Amino acid sequence: MVLLTIFCPIIAAIAIMMGASARKTALTASVLTFAAALFLLASFDYSQRNFQHVTSFPISPEWRLSFTTGVDGLSLIMVLLGSIVTLAAIWFAGAIDRSENAFYACLLLISGGAIGAFASIDLFFFYAFHELALIPTFLLIGVWGGANRVAAAWKITIYLAIGSFILLLGLILLYQSVPLGWRSFDIRALQTAAASGQITVDAQRHVYLLLLIGFGILIALFPFHTWAPEAYAAAPAPAAMLHAGVLKKFGLYGLLRLAIPMLPEGARHWATLLVVLLLGNIIYVGLVTIAQKRLDWMLGYSSVMHMGYIFLGIASANVLGTTGAVVLIFAHGLSIALLFGLAGELRKRTGTLAFDDLGGLAKVMPFAGLAFGLGVFAAVGLPGFANFAGEIMIFFGAFRDGWDIGHFHIFQVATVLALWGVVISTVYMLRAYRRAFMGAISEQWKSLLDLRPALHVPVTLLVAALLCYGFFPQSFVRMVAPTFRAYLSANK
Amino acid sequence: MGAMVITAPELEIAVLVLGMVILLVEAFATKLDKRILAFAAIAGLAVVLLASFFIAPSPAPNQAAGFWSFYTADRVAIFFKQFALLTTIFVLIMMTDYAPTVRSSFAELKEGRLPSHPEDDPRRLGSRRSLMPGLGEFFALPVFTCAGLMYLVSAIDFVFIFVSLELVTVSFYVLVSFTRRNPMTLEAGMKYLVLSALSTAFLVFGIAWIFGATGETNLQRITEALANHGVVAGIVDPGRLGATISPPAASRLVGTTTIDHSAALLGMVFVLVALGFKIAAVPFQIWVPDVYQGAPTPVTAYLSVGSKAAGFVVLLRVLQPFMVLPETQRLIVLIALLTLIYGNLAALPQANLKRLLAYSSIAHAGYLLIGVVCFDVRAVTFYLVAYLLMTLLSFAILIIVAQQTGEEISDFDGLARRSPFLAFAMLIGMVSLAGVPFTAGFLGKFYIFYAAVLQRQIALIVVGVITVGCGFYYYLKVVRAMYWQSAPTMDNIPVNGLSRFAISALIIATILLGIFPQPIFDALKR
Repeated sequence: MVLLTIFCPIIAAIAIMMGASARKTALTASVLTFAAALFLLASFDYSQRNFQHVTSFPISPEWRLSFTTGVDGLSLIMVLLGSIVTLAAIWFAGAIDRSENAFYACLLLISGGAIGAFASIDLFFFYAFHELALIPTFLLIGVWGGANRVAAAWKITIYLAIGSFILLLGLILLYQSVPLGWRSFDIRALQTAAASGQITVDAQRHVYLLLLIGFGILIALFPFHTWAPEAYAAAPAPAAMLHAGVLKKFGLYGLLRLAIPMLPEGARHWATLLVVLLLGNIIYVGLVTIAQKRLDWMLGYSSVMHMGYIFLGIASANVLGTTGAVVLIFAHGLSIALLFGLAGELRKRTGTLAFDDLGGLAKVMPFAGLAFGLGVFAAVGLPGFANFAGEIMIFFGAFRDGWDIGHFHIFQVATVLALWGVVISTVYMLRAYRRAFMGAISEQWKSLLDLRPALHVPVTLLVAALLCYGFFPQSFVRMVAPTFRAYLSANK
Repeated sequence: MGAMVITAPELEIAVLVLGMVILLVEAFATKLDKRILAFAAIAGLAVVLLASFFIAPSPAPNQAAGFWSFYTADRVAIFFKQFALLTTIFVLIMMTDYAPTVRSSFAELKEGRLPSHPEDDPRRLGSRRSLMPGLGEFFALPVFTCAGLMYLVSAIDFVFIFVSLELVTVSFYVLVSFTRRNPMTLEAGMKYLVLSALSTAFLVFGIAWIFGATGETNLQRITEALANHGVVAGIVDPGRLGATISPPAASRLVGTTTIDHSAALLGMVFVLVALGFKIAAVPFQIWVPDVYQGAPTPVTAYLSVGSKAAGFVVLLRVLQPFMVLPETQRLIVLIALLTLIYGNLAALPQANLKRLLAYSSIAHAGYLLIGVVCFDVRAVTFYLVAYLLMTLLSFAILIIVAQQTGEEISDFDGLARRSPFLAFAMLIGMVSLAGVPFTAGFLGKFYIFYAAVLQRQIALIVVGVITVGCGFYYYLKVVRAMYWQSAPTMDNIPVNGLSRFAISALIIATILLGIFPQPIFDALKR
């Protein structure tokens, strides 16, 4: 079943390249993937915290490298996120005017790569699957992108290529920092080794720094974030949905999966640096977001900014904070996908996303206005949406259980500063909503059509998932909290 | 059973005989379609390749005597013999695709025209007394080169290294300048000739210094001599010395009990210069872009894969004795850094694909040198295999496309529409060269960086990561041309059956080795 979620999109992508009907095949594959993910969710055994549905094919016994897949609570949530956003993105894509087949194949490859990375228990495939998305992203932005596509495509590709190679060095160093007899690419084996104290403090610090920079570039951590808004603004909407919603979360997942259980000393050592950088994400990028004059750039920056909260949850390294981070990863993935999808529909109709040209669109596009409003409310963290649940857990976790450095209550200070981020994001989100959908409508937009009824399905799907886990975050907490409890207790 | 055992040297003899037979047939059967010669050569080499899987192991190097004291058939040697055979087969397939270009260049010669006239129709000019004159040599010479490469990877004695290297180089002299009416080819041939001769001079000079310091030409005994700090130096065979060195010098050598390390090191540096020329390491890379661009494209591919791989095998063998000296490693680190930086940065602005591949060949020499610094034979071998697959793939497509449009990257514009198969093949070649997972190129880089991280070669790692980023830029430039840009013409590009088969095989091998690397390591271990 796990293999189905990974290979369904990939096989569909190959079939489409061979000449299968693009849209039908892609939709079928994404529905199948979603169904498989739901099946995994339904059959999830809450009583055990080990990986479930594990399948393994040995690749290289000498390196203890094997293609092993499976899900635990953490990766199941990621797989679920991936499959929902894939379905929505494919549904939003619609007809493409040039090389439709290649477009859908690229989308499916990104999706398959991301889901494969989340479901891999083997370090090598964890890395390799993520890279599978690199070339499709390059092509999606380059071929079908909007204005500025050339620069944006180069920028994202070079950034991500270098980021991944730094990450690769980190992973190699991690593999090598375990004594010879313990060495394995199996993440579970590495965790066992780490839990029995096989990774020295020094090695943990080096590996953590490499992982932080490598993953940081992939997630758009503060000084390495400039590729993200540019790429998302230039990318076609489905690509932005998948990349911002799912693929970018790979780095966060990686930190939760590798750094939290294996490198507690590294996390402690570099906590100050990470806190400073994540405040850069929240405060600095937040202010930059307010200054944006175009909807797509604003959304791109806002997605960078929200990474700051998730980093705060990860940095606090306690059960509440990390669990909150997972919930927020899921919620943010859905809400940003919804917003990018709607922005893409707007661009199709109006040809511009500059705030100065828009206004009053809710009058002619009531459904789009409603959906966008819900997305905005989710993004600013209104109670009832999963974003709120995630953020509140992160803030409580960081404020209450974050450790101090010397006599300086760094996490409490950081939390208080980060809280201002909520205000900042309210400002830019509501302003954007007002300028695009409220106010007087200009004459030229009076004839615009609302979303076609078929698009109500993905919008409903995304909003329903956001509300569902906003009201019942407990089901996620039950899935991931045992994992983190085990991870964190092993460190002490 | 015992009578049927094939020994390693028989492979080379078979290849040499094959080459001579092809030449003889060419000489006496003038009416023959010369492409049949190419197919015969391919078939013959394939048979030898098959036979190479059943050869008997050679004696261990320390108890070897006679012939086996300068020729080894260890796992590495046999593996790279197969490597050379495979490369030659692919190059010959490319040459059949390239034959029209060669033919037209000779037709121009006879009519005394300036080259590259657009109205030259090769088909019209083909119906002469001898069909496709000169093509026979074009197909026969790679077979001789192949024999040279196969000897080279087995050579464990400096004299034998020198002889087999010359066999390779001399046949390349002819191949590089084969379409000699083209001024660029002529320039390439001239540059290759002069610089190659110079590097040979360095090699001989270096060998002389090492011989002078250690009294040995056999690598195994040089290792012992250097490791034992001269204890072994007394066991120099005076009879063998007498032939080359005047008696007083010989007796002086025999009498010494310590080895002049700096003399040996100086010799090693000279040898390194010569091998640096072969593998295209900075600062001995000056010839590469012009020669690669000017030579007939299949020959460029051959230079870039076969010559380089053999160079690395020899480098690993030659360096083994000197790795006990710390200066050696420092020197190679320096060369590797320079090669990485120069190759990748110079590749960035290239607009001609052949030239781009020339610089990329320098860049890959840099990554391979990281493996040499760490002295990880397995990593270097795997990288070379990956490099073989992806480079031959790129050149094979370049040859086919170049005959329709040209060799500039802009000539690949819109290839995805004109020929999705070729575009996909090129995509695989380029992403593998850049190092994207699930291709052999990525695993090659993975093993190289693994070795570097293990030995904490910080400088090499940092530079390596930055240059990988550069690599993504210039390789994806080609992808960009194929998929983003629109094609000026929309006519399809014909691909003949053999080339289609070869390209498909290369694609499949590139992807398979990117997922299952184990067969290569098993082949080295067995």
